[in-house]
Amino acid sequence: MAMISFALIRQRSVAVVGGATQQLHSLPRYHGYFAAVRVFIPCIFLFLLWLVGGEAVIENLIISGLPDALKSTNSEQISLVLNRIQLAVQHGEQSTSDANILAAAERYSSLYNKGLWSTFWLTVAIGLTGYYLSKNRTQANFRARNNFEKTMSITLAASSFLAIVVTLGIVASLIFESLRFFQQIPIQDFLFGLHWSPQTALRADQVASAGAFGAIPLFAGTFLISLLAMMVAGPIGLFAAIYLTQYANQRVRAVAKPVLEILAGVPTVVYGFFAALTVAPMLRDAGGAIGVDVASESALAAGLVMGVMIIPFVSSLSDDAITAVPSSLKDGSFALGATKAETISQVLLPAALPGVVGAFLLAISRAIGETMIVVMAAGMRPNLTANPLEAVTTVTVQIVALLTGDQEFDSPKTLSAFALGLALFVITLLLNIAALRMVRKYREAYD
Amino acid sequence: MINTPTETNLDTVQASPKMAARGVNVYYGDNHAIKDIDLNLYADEVTSLIGPSGCGKSTFLRCLNRMNDTIPICRVSGQILLEDDDIYTSGIDVVQLRARVGMVFQKPNPFPKSIYDNIAYGPRIHGLAAHRTDLDEIVTTSLEKAGLWQEVKDRLDTSGTALSGGQQQRLCIARAIAVNPEVILMDEPCSALDPIATAKIESLIDELSGRYAIIIVTHSMQQAARISRKTAFFHLGEMVEYGDTTEIFTSPKEDRTRDYITGRIG
Amino acid sequence: MTDRSKITTVNSSVPTDWKSDAMQARIGRRYRRERIFRSLGLAAVVISVLFLVFLLGNIVKNGAYGFMQTSVSLDVTFNADLLGDPSVLSAEEFTEKVRKTNMLRLIQASMRDLFPDVKGRRDTRALLRLVSTGARAQLRDMILANPSLVGNTERVELLTSDDIDQVIKGNIDITLAEANRKVKDKELSWLKTLQDDDRISLDFHSQFLTGGDSREPELAGVWGAIVGSALTLMVTLVTAFPIGLFAAVYLEEFAPKNRFTDIIEININNLAAVPSIVFGLLGLAVFLSVMGMPRSAPIVGGLTLALLTLPTVIIASRASIAAVPPSIRDAARGLGASPMQVVFHHVIPLAMPGIMTGTIIGMARALGESAPLLMIGMVAFIVDIPGSINDAATVLPVQIYLWADSPERAFVEKTSAAIMVLLFFLIAMNGVAIWLRQKFEQKW
Repeated sequence: MAMISFALIRQRSVAVVGGATQQLHSLPRYHGYFAAVRVFIPCIFLFLLWLVGGEAVIENLIISGLPDALKSTNSEQISLVLNRIQLAVQHGEQSTSDANILAAAERYSSLYNKGLWSTFWLTVAIGLTGYYLSKNRTQANFRARNNFEKTMSITLAASSFLAIVVTLGIVASLIFESLRFFQQIPIQDFLFGLHWSPQTALRADQVASAGAFGAIPLFAGTFLISLLAMMVAGPIGLFAAIYLTQYANQRVRAVAKPVLEILAGVPTVVYGFFAALTVAPMLRDAGGAIGVDVASESALAAGLVMGVMIIPFVSSLSDDAITAVPSSLKDGSFALGATKAETISQVLLPAALPGVVGAFLLAISRAIGETMIVVMAAGMRPNLTANPLEAVTTVTVQIVALLTGDQEFDSPKTLSAFALGLALFVITLLLNIAALRMVRKYREAYD
Repeated sequence: MINTPTETNLDTVQASPKMAARGVNVYYGDNHAIKDIDLNLYADEVTSLIGPSGCGKSTFLRCLNRMNDTIPICRVSGQILLEDDDIYTSGIDVVQLRARVGMVFQKPNPFPKSIYDNIAYGPRIHGLAAHRTDLDEIVTTSLEKAGLWQEVKDRLDTSGTALSGGQQQRLCIARAIAVNPEVILMDEPCSALDPIATAKIESLIDELSGRYAIIIVTHSMQQAARISRKTAFFHLGEMVEYGDTTEIFTSPKEDRTRDYITGRIG
Repeated sequence: MTDRSKITTVNSSVPTDWKSDAMQARIGRRYRRERIFRSLGLAAVVISVLFLVFLLGNIVKNGAYGFMQTSVSLDVTFNADLLGDPSVLSAEEFTEKVRKTNMLRLIQASMRDLFPDVKGRRDTRALLRLVSTGARAQLRDMILANPSLVGNTERVELLTSDDIDQVIKGNIDITLAEANRKVKDKELSWLKTLQDDDRISLDFHSQFLTGGDSREPELAGVWGAIVGSALTLMVTLVTAFPIGLFAAVYLEEFAPKNRFTDIIEININNLAAVPSIVFGLLGLAVFLSVMGMPRSAPIVGGLTLALLTLPTVIIASRASIAAVPPSIRDAARGLGASPMQVVFHHVIPLAMPGIMTGTIIGMARALGESAPLLMIGMVAFIVDIPGSINDAATVLPVQIYLWADSPERAFVEKTSAAIMVLLFFLIAMNGVAIWLRQKFEQKW
């Protein structure tokens, strides 16, 4: 509904300006642009304001208008009531028989409509004002281009500023929801607890006295799978980079490089499917054949496939690091009578070490944040083990498990997903910063 | 301060050459870079290769320890003999060859390792030291021979890249000496250095000339005159003239040599 | 040790004895190590290639059958008593009557003709289960499209159930003991009769490409997911492309070199490496709970993916803009163009191929992304084809995820086939990107 009004308004503003551009004489395009910007920007602001704040205002109005019977100081209950009201708005009488709720629902939809329409008309009014203002200024001597360019440069700066806004948005939303979680669950229980079972807390419906939000098993599982992945991707990626940069001829490179790019481009859900339906059963059967018990959702399967997925990251970044080493060092080593292997392992790699370490850190960060493979191929059950043949669960798996399906936004169960997300974000951010630092320092050394 | 070669030493010419080129041709793809070179290089003396840039002198130098092998499109024909062995036949191993024929490059290229490890790298890979004490001794004597010992003896564990340009180049010479070579090839070793560092390297070359056959490529005729006993003049891939340095510079036989020396071509 | 000391040449002015046995042995060892090292490198490359071949081969092997479906030809008598007579009834009445008719009875009748021996409720039901539950809708649509069928007997190709389909495709091991398999001996004997009668055929199944999702593997299609993906990507493109381009232009052409732009730059680099699921959390917290946008809708998915691809677009656009030589800018400025005109009339058009390439690659990544979409509820089971960016929808990778989770054996091949469709789109997008790069590549 809101989107339709948005589209209408936009169409309208465009149409309005479209008429104007025909009438203008000097620099018609720029007058047109200027007018368009004048109309469009305030409208979009107003619309966003409605989108962000409108609902909250209405909800507050509804809550204050609720009969005492439904009023409650408990925020959870209020949101419960609000949910019921919203259900009633959508489905009418069949959803509830409570007259109070129905009345509130009616008020809600009338308020919502009023708000929507007033926003709509206000937008139209502002759009028209902008149009007339710019129309009045449309004179031969008006420096429309300069004005338009000023607006444009602000738009450009705002666009790049958005990157910061996104980061702040991530940090703010994660921290905000996590703080609400930590109000209910002490942070030390989360960080150092050994027992993870979010379901029990929901059932008990007490302020999570069960203390089942110990994230250590999740961290351990994430660590185990990432470690397995790196054991695959580290050596293979590094050796592939060495072979491709130092040994391979043009023909081999022409085949191998696209293959690695394809490996990087395959969607993770495909790897997940492959891990769950092909690799895991293969491992289980292989284990069965030699009498080892392998879980059908073993950490090994997820780790192996994830390792293959990050081979291209390791190899392409290591490739960059190795080729950045000046060839004079290689020549110096060869001139002393070193073999290629000696030159690579004793001169090239030590010289490229910071870059290679950076590559590994980025790959680890990728492994930790990877979701689909583990969701599909690792288990759900928290398991504090170092045995790769058992099933483990990871941070990302739990985030998905906690947030798919119906959610209650206030329960610690849901909020814990944000706390996990925050932990994930912080860990990967630290790894990335360290990696980028290393790579950058290393580049400076050889530039 | 630098000994110019004198007539009295000429009898060494009669000895068999340390290295010799017999009808050497080098091609880069279709480009005929070196044409039919015959040249004897003797132990215990310094030979300069001079000529305008692009004349093939560096290419020829890099044939002598098969550094051209790393360039896939490069093809070498003819014979290059080290004592009596053709280094391009399978009998000679390139790893050994490069240990026996060391090389110093235009730009100092110390490894990003400690000074000690820079020197010890060659002896380690070739297994020239059985014990740590032997290795220490190799490092010390090499640095001494390269005239660097006094400057770095207290900081052997600092990085070789932290030294000044001239020190780095002497480190590279010490690194080459450490594997006990018979021939040392130098590819414009002073072109990246200031005059003082250059003078130090030149006197070092002079000191080393008694022990190793040294072949040096240089674009500086003065340098060639100062440090070498024999000079070969290269032009457009051909060796135009070879002879005693003094003779080349004072009474060249070929017109092209004279034109180059007097600055008419180059 | 004694061997080693022979080759020690400390302080010696004599040449090293390279021909000694110890030295020769040592060189042999060094070359052996060289060969091992080299083969390790080759092995790493070969493993990667083999894995890719294995992965794709496995998917194609599983997925090829996903595009095909078994059907059975039955002689169906469109009984006028059951369906009503279109010549007597009005169009609405007839439609109403047909809709209310249980089409299973038509199938049952034709089956009875084929298998007169099958008696008893259980066996009859088992017999009817050979045919897909979708056959009823298939028959109904046939009749409604062509009412003149009523009263005639026609040979109609109906889809079989997924179990029978799996038997035909050889995915169910019929040599197992009867108790251990889903399809029983009796059903197999019926199937044999039908096969002998040449009524079973395995054909290309267009519904897979044109239909929406379904609980029944034989009826499930990817079109709904394709449309969902297209809508989502459209939102992503419309958002990420202009913002990314503007940001790149600002950072490359206008931004002063100060701390603040440094921060923006570091920020963009870090944002590019934030796990995608975190963007999903952001979408959930901001778009859904703060802004109250509709769950499961392509608009939210598209915006979330736009945030995800923004760094890719910015980085690629910047590289492409930076590659335009300064001489072009100087020339334009020399003609009296304002900075803004220089950028929009000269620099951006020249950088466009690179920007487009980067954007397409970013879009391709967004197309394969599923984790953040799980967060914003695009995992619902949705049969209808979404019509707008506000409708509940799912996307191809999430459809793959959902099908991969389904227990039916037949969904394995459907999943693989859907992966093939997804990979087809990815290859096509990357192909376009490569083509653009090669066509417009300029060396300055």
